[in-house]
Amino acid sequence: MNEQNLISVAFLLSVLRGTTPLLFASLGGLFSERSGVIQIALEGMMLMGALAGATAAQLLHSPWLGFLAAGFGGMAIAALYGLFTLKFKADQIVTGTAINILAVGVAPLITKLVFDTTGATPSLAIADRFSFEPTVMAAIALLITVYFYNKTQGGLLLQFAGENPLALTAAGYSLQAIRWSSVCICGLLAGFGGGSLSLFLASSYSPNMTAGRGFMALAALIFGRWKPLPTAGACLLFAVADALQIRLQGNESFLPVQFVQILPYLVTIIALAGFFGQSRASRAPKGLGQ
Amino acid sequence: MKAFFGFTLGLALCLGLTAFAGESPLHILMIIFKSAFGTTYDLGLTLFYATSLVFTGLSVCLAFHAGLFNIGAEGQLTVATLAAAATGLLFPNCPGVIAPLLACVAALAAGGIWGAIPGWLKAYRGSHEVVVTMMMNFIASGVTSYFVLNTFRSLDSQNPETKLIPTQFMFRDFDFVKLAFADSPANITLVIAILVAIGIWFLLRKTVFGFELKMTGKNEMASELSGISSKKIKVWAMALSGALAGMVALNEVMGSSGKFRMGFSADYGFVGIAVALLARNNPIGILLSAFLFAVLQKGAADLDMETQNITRDFAKVLQAVIIFSVVAVQYFDFKKFRSKFFSRSISSKKDREKI
Repeated sequence: MNEQNLISVAFLLSVLRGTTPLLFASLGGLFSERSGVIQIALEGMMLMGALAGATAAQLLHSPWLGFLAAGFGGMAIAALYGLFTLKFKADQIVTGTAINILAVGVAPLITKLVFDTTGATPSLAIADRFSFEPTVMAAIALLITVYFYNKTQGGLLLQFAGENPLALTAAGYSLQAIRWSSVCICGLLAGFGGGSLSLFLASSYSPNMTAGRGFMALAALIFGRWKPLPTAGACLLFAVADALQIRLQGNESFLPVQFVQILPYLVTIIALAGFFGQSRASRAPKGLGQ
Repeated sequence: MKAFFGFTLGLALCLGLTAFAGESPLHILMIIFKSAFGTTYDLGLTLFYATSLVFTGLSVCLAFHAGLFNIGAEGQLTVATLAAAATGLLFPNCPGVIAPLLACVAALAAGGIWGAIPGWLKAYRGSHEVVVTMMMNFIASGVTSYFVLNTFRSLDSQNPETKLIPTQFMFRDFDFVKLAFADSPANITLVIAILVAIGIWFLLRKTVFGFELKMTGKNEMASELSGISSKKIKVWAMALSGALAGMVALNEVMGSSGKFRMGFSADYGFVGIAVALLARNNPIGILLSAFLFAVLQKGAADLDMETQNITRDFAKVLQAVIIFSVVAVQYFDFKKFRSKFFSRSISSKKDREKI
């Protein structure tokens, strides 16, 4: 690993690769949180998406079907989350945490039943994997979200649901319908994020492969003040930290590998604390969690 | 009682799930019970798990009362355990009487600091404590693995673990629990855990600090107006919460193994969330719910060997489903008192009683 090439085409590409799952997940989080539903469960949705994607691609021999399955896997988990938070009005943070625990617990059960392995899925053939497509799709998802959020009535309703749910109901819209669809879209996108992990960044599903990316995506959302483009910028920042981490692991002399590995997490905490840029909690949707 | 119903419901649902995976639910239940209570050794191991879970449960519970959700108990206990082991290795000549005390203080301080950082960030910088504590978990595992592998590594062992701490740091001399459960890791920390639970109950119910802490959790604005510095309370609550999680070190290092083993924690920090929730954040209730989860944890450990398709990760499914059931049962319970069954009204805020 030659360090003089730190800024190179390869490095930029690895940043873009790393951005992909984060961007999907934080766009998902944007839909959910903008509609007023706290989204701690991104991690679990990504994990399920990654598993569903790898499993489907393995069985059906098509990365695209795998990617679709990843979206639906995430959505299934999101629907469960919606059932408890929207229907049963359970505490959103507690339920989200339970979803994350559930995803970690269910995954080995599924791999055991389908592939008879303890946790990981078999490695995918190169033809069953993506080489660049998810990054393009993430960019498209970003563009659609920006347009939807800023230019359409649906985007306005979405923000309305998060800012002032009572007024929305008074205006004759169904809060439940808006929140349900937002949470499901969130699951779909987070599932895509998971899918891009197992079908694009890696070549199989392995236990805990998200490694906190769901929480980083949430941090990116908060850092990006719950707006699509700044959120994408934050994702890029975290991806740079991650790519740097992978690059620096190559030369042990610089820093012990364990300290290099914690770099993305440190950057996340510093970003969240608002030590550079502004990211104070006051910018959150006012009806968040209500 | 409601929580207990939720627990039973969750357990039943999970056993149903095992039938789906091609195992007999009754068989699974038998394995879990035999594994948890089969011999004195098994029971000792169950109590050993329970002890750690009491601490992490109390940790989550205390933060919860202050309106904070501490999912960082895992990182806090990891750092504290390393601190305890490191103290033993750095001061091998420490006299016998104060040695265990010194290690305890180190563990509590390490856990407390690891908890206070997200507490401070939450109070003064507005950072979301859930995200920060989660990130702190990853940082904790990175930092501890560095010290274990590079500074304190035991060369006699194949496993990544530290050297044994000198014997005067251990609780052995006055440990009657250890004698009752020969060979098992159960130790005097069990008694300490029970005392600490009572102490936290007293703290929350009978002291000014406990009142201010709960007040901050219930209504931050009102507590500020009545002269409570809720920011300070939050930092202290998280520091205490971290110190409680850090007490796992007593059980792990001074009580039983005498060293820091990488990956020693059976996800104590995360199970602690379920423990606190099942006990509805009542410190005394946590004693019981920690025991129940310890039974499941110990039981699930044997599922790997005894069944075809169920692995030890099944314990996680159990925890999640039990959390779901406990929160859902609360909904069905108050539904009885409502005339409109499927009221979608969002104005009924008081109905959404939290935990």
